[in-house]
Order: sequence, then structure tokens, then C-alpha cells
Amino acid sequence: MNSFLSLVWRDVRLAWTGGGLWLPILFYLAVSTLYPFVVGPDTALLARTGGGILWIAALLASLLPIERLILPDRQAGVLDQLALRGWSDEWLASAKIAGHIAGFGLPLLLATPIAIVFLGLPEDKALTLIAGLAFALPALAGLGVTIAALTAGLNGASALGGLLMVPLAVPLLIFGAGTLGDNAGNALQLLAATSLAMTALSPFAAGAALRAGRS
Amino acid sequence: MNVRQAKTPVIALVNAAIVRGNRLVLRDFSLEAHKGEIVWVRGANGSGKSTLLRALAGLLPLAAGRLQITGSVALTDDNNALDPEQSVEYNARFWAKMDGVSPAVLEKALVALDLVPLAELPVRFLSAGQKRRASLTRMIASGASIWLLDEPYNGLDQANVARLDEVLHRHTASGGIALIASHIAPTVNVARSVILDQPRRKAPA
Repeated sequence: MNSFLSLVWRDVRLAWTGGGLWLPILFYLAVSTLYPFVVGPDTALLARTGGGILWIAALLASLLPIERLILPDRQAGVLDQLALRGWSDEWLASAKIAGHIAGFGLPLLLATPIAIVFLGLPEDKALTLIAGLAFALPALAGLGVTIAALTAGLNGASALGGLLMVPLAVPLLIFGAGTLGDNAGNALQLLAATSLAMTALSPFAAGAALRAGRS
Repeated sequence: MNVRQAKTPVIALVNAAIVRGNRLVLRDFSLEAHKGEIVWVRGANGSGKSTLLRALAGLLPLAAGRLQITGSVALTDDNNALDPEQSVEYNARFWAKMDGVSPAVLEKALVALDLVPLAELPVRFLSAGQKRRASLTRMIASGASIWLLDEPYNGLDQANVARLDEVLHRHTASGGIALIASHIAPTVNVARSVILDQPRRKAPA
């Protein structure tokens, strides 16, 4: 368990120091800043559509770190050294996902109140948005690591990653946007269930991809 | 020393075939190594030395044959598994934590390859030979009884070749096994050498 946490902590540090953490967050905040410029300072319109825009921005921001999640570690031999020490691919994938939740999901969640202020969302919507994103971000992190493991080393990995990730994240986006509508409670439950299933399955999918990629 | 070295280490590879990337790299290959031995795996470039070491490390499945390994395995190859942005010491500590190694043991390993003066430097500033030494430190500190070294002398200067030989000597004297894959003769006394000279051919369909 101790070495598991060491690897998670190393990944978070890498995200911090390597600049990989700031890019998605800046992207996310940039969307929330630019959107009011584009549609105009109509408070009612921003309140109605702002939440949806943040969901799209969160999904697209999650595409940005994909390339640095697995490929550098595979090339440097870190994955080999861990396999040599008896780490199963699923356990390794779990550590990578946990690190990605802490190094990407959490900062994005912390940036959300700032984005909400930029868009001037009403308080009740702001709370459901934060709750919805908190449910969905582990699943987005799990998907990100899985896609990263699948595409590591392929030509055009980042484009391919986006192409794979977006359709797979559509259920999260639909239920997530649903929480902003009239039946927030039901949508939140569906979102939580979808996210739980995806997060729980992703170590196995990512682990299988890591195994298949070893040569 | 520690629990990982308690058992007598053995490598026994019997009639093995190894396929990598749809190519038959080795076939009908056998190799044995026992406690206290240094074995030189020799062969030309591309003869399958690295592939053999990867298979012995369990990173590549055997297409045929049997592999029996007793003891813990450490591998040092061209992929140094070091984070280029972090210092030598940070990297060494990270892997020491992964291996559950005490700081005292790690310190000894750093001293053995004269890395203490470089401890503060980020890995990306190191030369090829210095990176090789940083990567070897992980193996030395790990306490593994079986060492697999892929071209360990690449990039090392004379003084550090001597240091590595000294470390290898101590390792085998305390009952460890070292397999050195190298296209040139190691300067350390080897118990035996095995030659890989089969040309690569296409795997049978």
C-alpha cells in the first residue's frame, strides 16, 4: 500500500512540476471567460447555458493530459520496473487513475467555483454543477488513463485519444447536463451510477491495455 | 542480508523459444546459473541478448520451454526509469521506497558508484554514463539476488567500470547471481559465457 501511495504521489508531483496540471485548468477557465464575451452579457442566457458549457469544457480539458499519462513511463521503462516488482497491470492502472484523479480531477473541481463566478451561475445550479462534476471526474480520469494505455506509442496518439474518449464520455455528458435541468435528483443518481461503473471497470480495461502494449 | 536473499538463487531456462514482434529470436535455448556465478551472455548486435534478459525478467512470455527462477530479480537496461526533471537522489529514494529499502542501504549503493557528488543534480543534466550509474544504483540497492544487466558498461569510464566490477564481485561473493549481456568481454571474472549466434528468422506461421 505504501508503494502504491508513493507512485500516486509521484504522478501528482509530475503533473505539478511538468506543467501538465495547468494546461487543462487554464483551458477550462479560458472557456468560462470567453463564453460570456461571445454570447453577450445576458445574465439569464448565461445562467441557462453556462453549466452545459462547463461540462463540455471539462470533457475537452480531460483530453489534454492523455499523452503524458502512460507513454513517458513506458518509454522510460518505469512500467517494466514496476512489473518486475510484481505489480499487476490492474494495480498499476489503479495507481495511475488515482494519481490522475488527484492531479487532474481535483484541481479542475477546485477551479469550478471560479468558472461559476465568471459565468454568473445562480447558486442552486452552481451546487448541482459542482456535485455533478465531483461524481463524473473519477470516471473521466479512469477513461483518460485507459485511452492513454490503449494509444501509447501509436502514431497520432493524441488525435486518436480524442476520437476514442469523446464517444465513451457521452453518457457522462448527457447525465451531467441532465442534472442542470428540472429533474436534477434523478439525473444525479444516473450520473453517479454511470460514473461508479466506469471508474470501477477502468483499472481492468487500462490494465489489459498495458499488458497488450508490453513487448 | 534481508528476506529476499534468504533462498539460494537459481535460474534455469530449458529449451526455450522466444518470439518478439513476430520474429523468432531464440529457439531451443537453455541456460543455467547458480549461486555466486557471473554469466556473460555474449552475441552480436541484434542476436537477442536484451530479449533474453526481458524474458528472464518475466516481461516477455516464452513461446515454448520452461523457466524456473528462485530469488528476486532486478533488471538494468537502456530504459533507465528515471524521471529526468528530478534529482538523482529523489529518483533513488523513490525506487528505494518501492523496494522497501532503508536509507542506509541506499546510501551505500550511491557511494558504491560514486554518485554522492551528483545527488542534487536533475537526471537530465547527467551524461550517458552517469545515467547508467544512477540506474545501476536502483539494482544495487534493491537487495535482489539475481541481477540482469544489459550492456552495463556502456558509457562508463575506467574508474566506474572498476567500481561496477567491485560491486558485482561483492554481489556474487554474497551468493547472488549476475547475468551480463554484452557484446564486449566484461572486465570482471565470469564463471561461464553463453553465446547467442542464431540469426533471426521469421516465426513459423
